[in-house]
Amino acid sequence: MKILVAVKRVVDYNVQIRVKEDGSGVHTDNVKMSTNPPDDNAVEESVKLKEAGKVKEVVAISVGEDKAQETIRKALAVGADKGIHVKADNYIEPLGIAKILKKIVDKEKPDMVFLGKQAIDDDCNQTGQMLAAMLNWPQATFASKVNLKDKSIEIIREIDEGLETVEVNLPAIVTCDLRLNQPRFASLPNIMKAKKKPMEQIDAKNIGVDLTNRIQQLKVEEPPKRKAGIKVASVAELVSKLKNEAKVI
Amino acid sequence: MTREAMEYDVVIVGAGPAGLTTAIKLKQLDPNLSVCILEKGSEVGAHILSGNVFETKALDELIPNWRNEGAPVKTKVSKEKFLFLGKNSSLSWPTWLLPSVQKNHKNYIISLANLCRWLAEQAEKLGVEIFPGFPASEVLYKHDGSVKGVATLDMGLDKEGNKKDTYQEGMELHAKVTVFSEGCRGHLGKQLIKKFNLAEGKNPQQYGIGLKEIWEVSEQQHEEGLVMHTAGWPLDKKTYGGSFIYHAENRQIYLGYVIGLDYQNPYLSPFDEFQRFKTHPSIRKMFDGGKRISFGARALIEGGVQSLPKMYMPGALLIGCDAGTLNMPKIKGSHTAMKSGLVAAESIIENIKNKADLSIYEKKFKESWAYKELYSARNVKPSFSWGLILGIIFTGIDQILFRGRLPFTLKHKHADHEALKPASQMPKIEYPKPDGKLTFDKTSSVYLTGTNHTENQPVHLRLKDPDLPIKYTLKEYDEPAQRYCPVGVYEIQKEKFVINSQNCIHCKTCDIKEPSQNITWVAPEGGGGPKYGNM
Repeated sequence: MKILVAVKRVVDYNVQIRVKEDGSGVHTDNVKMSTNPPDDNAVEESVKLKEAGKVKEVVAISVGEDKAQETIRKALAVGADKGIHVKADNYIEPLGIAKILKKIVDKEKPDMVFLGKQAIDDDCNQTGQMLAAMLNWPQATFASKVNLKDKSIEIIREIDEGLETVEVNLPAIVTCDLRLNQPRFASLPNIMKAKKKPMEQIDAKNIGVDLTNRIQQLKVEEPPKRKAGIKVASVAELVSKLKNEAKVI
Repeated sequence: MTREAMEYDVVIVGAGPAGLTTAIKLKQLDPNLSVCILEKGSEVGAHILSGNVFETKALDELIPNWRNEGAPVKTKVSKEKFLFLGKNSSLSWPTWLLPSVQKNHKNYIISLANLCRWLAEQAEKLGVEIFPGFPASEVLYKHDGSVKGVATLDMGLDKEGNKKDTYQEGMELHAKVTVFSEGCRGHLGKQLIKKFNLAEGKNPQQYGIGLKEIWEVSEQQHEEGLVMHTAGWPLDKKTYGGSFIYHAENRQIYLGYVIGLDYQNPYLSPFDEFQRFKTHPSIRKMFDGGKRISFGARALIEGGVQSLPKMYMPGALLIGCDAGTLNMPKIKGSHTAMKSGLVAAESIIENIKNKADLSIYEKKFKESWAYKELYSARNVKPSFSWGLILGIIFTGIDQILFRGRLPFTLKHKHADHEALKPASQMPKIEYPKPDGKLTFDKTSSVYLTGTNHTENQPVHLRLKDPDLPIKYTLKEYDEPAQRYCPVGVYEIQKEKFVINSQNCIHCKTCDIKEPSQNITWVAPEGGGGPKYGNM
């Protein structure tokens, strides 16, 4: 079996985001970038399945500027076999990414596509679902446990009511949650080896899909500052404030 | 069980200006050498913090064509000011009366972190392998006692040192020559200086703590290219220190404060002195209405040639501020660090090719312009141990009249950790409350550094005696760690000494200033620590 795993380069989760003054977006110059955290889980799970002998090949793909190759190399360093870099300098919406992925799926013919449940930069949580619709494949989203069978995959999802177990036939789309696994560290020798693993490069413009963005971003602004809290003297005062000022009880 | 090992011609520890310069120069001189750099930060630049007014001398020698290669060295110094501050007054010192080492008209205002990122790109183009996120945690020795290389830290250990699921054993990197360029108070450099007695016959090393913020201000408040320094308030006359205010590109101001770690009062808080400094009327007006976008801190070297240890040992070299090449009166260390890297590379080539002894590195360094400038600057810092006024008068005579050629050398008498006086003998200092606009608390500041350490890992701030803080240091010195740490890693809570090591920004101040030398900073798991942008 073969897994295509999608990874995205995003601003590192520890970095405090700074909004550009003209409201056109956030600063990314000289900002530490990393793999989108749930994508790390998707890569880890793919590699685990490969190590368990259930999967033969793991192909990592990223769409983005040249530096997206670093993100692919990281996936290669922890065990993916091959990389595909679809070069695109501008922001592409989930719809465009899903279209690109569909083209790659048509060509690579994987049995599964693993993705992070959502990216921490735009928080869209759409690409996996859209790709499933375009491919007309079943989808299992927010996987926190994965059990690959011969012709199907069983996953456990963490939902509000508890745990939900679903089983979908292959080929399928799986989007991964943070609790799925603990991504491993890349070792130095593996980072070196990753530099020699094959990486295919394709220009997004030559892929033959319409990448026009459908959404016009009007303005990006910081959330309003939280007001400082106050100390109350008694339970009675707290209850009265919750009732009369906050009006929550 | 033996660890996996990789062989290189040269292994460099630390991707700062010195280490990167060494790597680039080595590859320029011999493209066939295998060179690798280990860097503890999650990327090159993430742990770099510096003023920085940059003198290009060493960069000119390394990459003469840097102007056309996109080096982030662009903002020329266009104007200089030096102010003496009183509580509400300020006296502008005429720049013609400044010693020539403090004149900056040919220099540039830069972000050293960005320069390092650019140098790393140049190094990688030449085939240098750079591994960010891999701290060197251990020096390896051969049977004959010479340095064999370093080992990276084991990853994936829990608090007690047990292996987690993600455990990954560290690996060994062996080299013909290992170069240590960890910056000020490198934790391996410190071990080497001790083991090989490199500081024998030298004065104790002197340090300072530098705190820095980057502000975005309005066009009216900004004067690109302006370089300003202050001395005086809020520090008392016995404490060595002052501020820097550099008007950089994009309406940003790099604002910082440096305090000598030989201060005496355990109640002094460098962080709060810096915050208070901003409230001076002549400083405040530059920042009112602006926005603070970055914060960080890092210890720096102030000892000069008197404290410069022997810079070589069998199989290894100490370069840059891992040895201590900063020029304090000049308030600059990047150019001398880079020069030490250039000299190191030339010496390593001679060592590998012609079997020259590594001692040629120190010999060559002593013949270089970098050493000459350190030598003529040697008496400035120690003269300030007589207090601010005498220090200034002496420095005027030494630097302006004699240009550093006085026929004697003043000594640094004490190590910084010996300078603290018992709390009972010193006045308490009440710092004003932060207003959240111009002045801030430590919590909101540490947030801006982006620092993080994986939660369940061994504490990287080690106590030799875990009972000492409460039993002795609290009683005698009111536990100064609560104040000298710029991000509040150390707290006393209900008679307990708490170490919030996940907040650590790797400044190394605790390792230097703890009065009994009870705290040892070791490298945490790779990728931990601050994520500085253009610091």
